[in-house]
Amino acid sequence: MSVKLLLEKAHVEGIRSFDVYRREGGYRSVEKALKTMSPDAVTEEVKKSGLRGRGGAGFPSGLKWSFLAKPEGVPRHLVCNADESEPGTFKDRYLMEFIPHLLIEGLIVSSFALGSHATYIYIRGEYAWIPDILEQAIAEAKNNGFLGKNILGSGFDCEIYVQRGAGAYICGEETALIESLEGKRGNPRIKPPFPAVKGVWDRPTVVNNVETLAAVVPIINMGGEEYAKIGVGKSTGTKLISACGNINKPGVYEIDMTISVEEFIYSDEYCGGIPNGKRLKACIPGGSSVPILPANLLLKTAKGETRYMNYESLADGGFATGSMMGSGGFIILDEDQCVVKNTYTLARFYRHESCGQCSPCREGTGWMEKILKNIDTGKGKMSDIDLLWDIQRKIEGNTICPLGDAAAWPVAAAIRHFRDEFEWHVNNPQESQTRNFGLAHYADPIYVPA
Amino acid sequence: MLSQEKLNKVQEIIARYPEGKQKSALIPVLHLAQDVFGWLSAETMDYVASLLKLEPIEVYEVATFYSMFNLKPVGKYLFEVCQTGPCMINGSDDIIEYIKQKLNIGVGETTPDGLFTLKTVECLGACGYAPMMQLGKHYREHLTKAKVDQIIEECRKNAGILN
Repeated sequence: MSVKLLLEKAHVEGIRSFDVYRREGGYRSVEKALKTMSPDAVTEEVKKSGLRGRGGAGFPSGLKWSFLAKPEGVPRHLVCNADESEPGTFKDRYLMEFIPHLLIEGLIVSSFALGSHATYIYIRGEYAWIPDILEQAIAEAKNNGFLGKNILGSGFDCEIYVQRGAGAYICGEETALIESLEGKRGNPRIKPPFPAVKGVWDRPTVVNNVETLAAVVPIINMGGEEYAKIGVGKSTGTKLISACGNINKPGVYEIDMTISVEEFIYSDEYCGGIPNGKRLKACIPGGSSVPILPANLLLKTAKGETRYMNYESLADGGFATGSMMGSGGFIILDEDQCVVKNTYTLARFYRHESCGQCSPCREGTGWMEKILKNIDTGKGKMSDIDLLWDIQRKIEGNTICPLGDAAAWPVAAAIRHFRDEFEWHVNNPQESQTRNFGLAHYADPIYVPA
Repeated sequence: MLSQEKLNKVQEIIARYPEGKQKSALIPVLHLAQDVFGWLSAETMDYVASLLKLEPIEVYEVATFYSMFNLKPVGKYLFEVCQTGPCMINGSDDIIEYIKQKLNIGVGETTPDGLFTLKTVECLGACGYAPMMQLGKHYREHLTKAKVDQIIEECRKNAGILN
């Protein structure tokens, strides 16, 4: 039985309007928090809930909130990270498009907890139609006394503003986002100081993902302890997964993190299996930067245990045999897909998106793209594979922000698990242009459902 | 230059930020200017700098960083086709090839009548609805060759009506 805390009402007719959302129980968490709780008590509930950042890093949200510096007389800000740009990820878009008031409600409660009187939603520029939806929701909330001055007579004032980016994956990194919000290039800052101490306009700032802030609503409504009972271990609550690639039912699903990867892929409630009776070759389970896994390691861990859709299970085995939950961007590759080509497109993406500040990332991503393109188009050398491995190793951990790691990991994992496919490309430059490697060689890892 | 209505909008945007932090309005105002002028010329960027009391260089360095800002003129209809992994898996290469043939232009080029520009872009967050492209404010998803034909037809028709 699946639990839905975020998307339960997403398909109610007219849920984008304040009246319908309110009728369906919306904005109760604002009433509860502002009328009966102190800001610290709200933070305490978020801590108890075990909520982890839904943008990709999975850092405990309540803990992040508790780091916020509160010097006397200095304004603080909450910034909502809606710069969703990780390939494979489109969950925040779904949430904002279909149930915008849930985000606004979460933002009001979170702003109250953090003492933010001016809260900003930084949304990727390409989602150009969504600011209108959000601004409409903000205006409605304001007209109904849930935003603006003295909200619900509590004495708490809050405004929410929507800011559009203009095409830069890097602005999903919180310090780059802050730079962009200040009207600058999206170059990540060196940490420390962390945003919690010195963020936007040098003021203490919390940056949280859309889904994270939306999850504050059920947490306050049901209480942190109840929320923590959903899910398993340190994977509490529900998670939005955006599923894409070779599956019958691509889309956004809310899961409670107790289901197995196999169930998620093959059950009709979720992805509905792979089209045209094809077999499962590989999967990138948490957005393009997390390690790709071949089918055999995806459905079962190296120890032969069932793998589940949660933070711990997806990471089981480390990077040697596991991957990561990441942003929840779940990309499936069937037997006809080429891992070399897929890795090339991702390397191209990271080269395009590198801000250029750190040499290992600026130069390394360009090199990786060129080498992968050569291998993909039949011009590769056997030594290129080791060269790629060497380059990705020299990027990882050597950059100001995690974009370097994000660019290195997919290349490393592709070579780690599919080295023979790379070699086959080098050895068969002609044939590799017309035929896929998988069919001939992946009889074992390719998964056939029972 | 911008109309009074747009200038009022600029003031409204500046008011979202603390006193003296009007630089934060730069990206929203560049969007606004690009919506009006179609692209960002050096003159337009200088004008935006004057509106926000910034040095022109502060505007140039931002305009050149973000991929959505057009630093040279583009066609009336800008096709921005995603080519990253999940779209590639679902056949974006074929769609790009088809548009090239159909419009007889390469990537980054504009048709001689100034109607269409083709660009490839990296992941726009529509991976479940691939292949896709951005056209103006909206996404066109689940692209097929037939759908591309339809979109081109629709653009030509709209342009005809507007002329």
